[in-house]
Amino acid sequence: MTNVRIFVTYKESVFDPQGETITEAIHSLGYHEVKQVHVGKFFDVEVEGNIEKVKETVAQISEQLLVNFNLETYRYEIMEEA
Amino acid sequence: MKIAVVVFPGSNCDIDLYEALHTVCHADVAYVSHTQKSLAGFDAVMLPGGFSYGDYLRSGAIARFSNIMPAIIEFAQAGKFVFGTCNGFQILTEAGLLPGALKRNNGLKFICKTVELEVSNNQTAFTTQYQAGEHISLPIAHADGSYYADKATLEKLERNGQVVFRYAGENPNGSLNNIAGITNEQGNVLGMMPHPERAVEALLGNEDGLRLFKSILENGKIKEEAAL
Repeated sequence: MTNVRIFVTYKESVFDPQGETITEAIHSLGYHEVKQVHVGKFFDVEVEGNIEKVKETVAQISEQLLVNFNLETYRYEIMEEA
Repeated sequence: MKIAVVVFPGSNCDIDLYEALHTVCHADVAYVSHTQKSLAGFDAVMLPGGFSYGDYLRSGAIARFSNIMPAIIEFAQAGKFVFGTCNGFQILTEAGLLPGALKRNNGLKFICKTVELEVSNNQTAFTTQYQAGEHISLPIAHADGSYYADKATLEKLERNGQVVFRYAGENPNGSLNNIAGITNEQGNVLGMMPHPERAVEALLGNEDGLRLFKSILENGKIKEEAAL
């Protein structure tokens, strides 16, 4: 079993209103050194099979379901292999 | 013509849509559950507003895996009329029947109010009863209504006259090019964030949405007669 964390975020060209609002809130706390916040989401998935097959599955579910390529992009990290 | 109103788990404008067609327009209309696999016998299909599958993952993202979706896609490809309002529009983009996507409103809030729209194209099957450039008012009620598409897609939409409705007063949600509703390239699929089905009776304060349904019914009839 492999634990994988898939990160889905807006593409750079897409306006992220949550990130913008949170950035403003951080500035109102006085942390003006924080220049930009981007909000995304992550999915922790447990996948069976060898590591090559796991990567293939992760790419497929991301592309078919988890990511809307009009707006979003993704990357993933292999958290641990058991 | 016979019209299907698809009911997904979490649809909540299905009755409004049904009644606009049945009670106000006296059209032949029936509910079709998301569990069905066929649209045999129908000439048009309408996807209602609401929160199908709780808007989980992204609005409309899960509905596209419903049993009924292959039939809707086949229907659209056959050139039959497909209409989606609000969540129905989101589902149509997620299913790839319309380009682009609907994202969180720029102001992050759920907005429920009446807005001013411009009829940017009255030469579609859905808008022939409106005047070109006419300004109408329709209610909106959404949190994820900010239309986004890449530059090339926007240019294509504009060039082909696929932008059918545009926000004419303030842009409530940050939609690019003030887009409130678009068709596919063939013009037989329309998706829009405003709710015409909530504006079909003067008694309820607004009937600007009525002509959209009348346009579909009229153009459906013309199509049927041409086929005979």
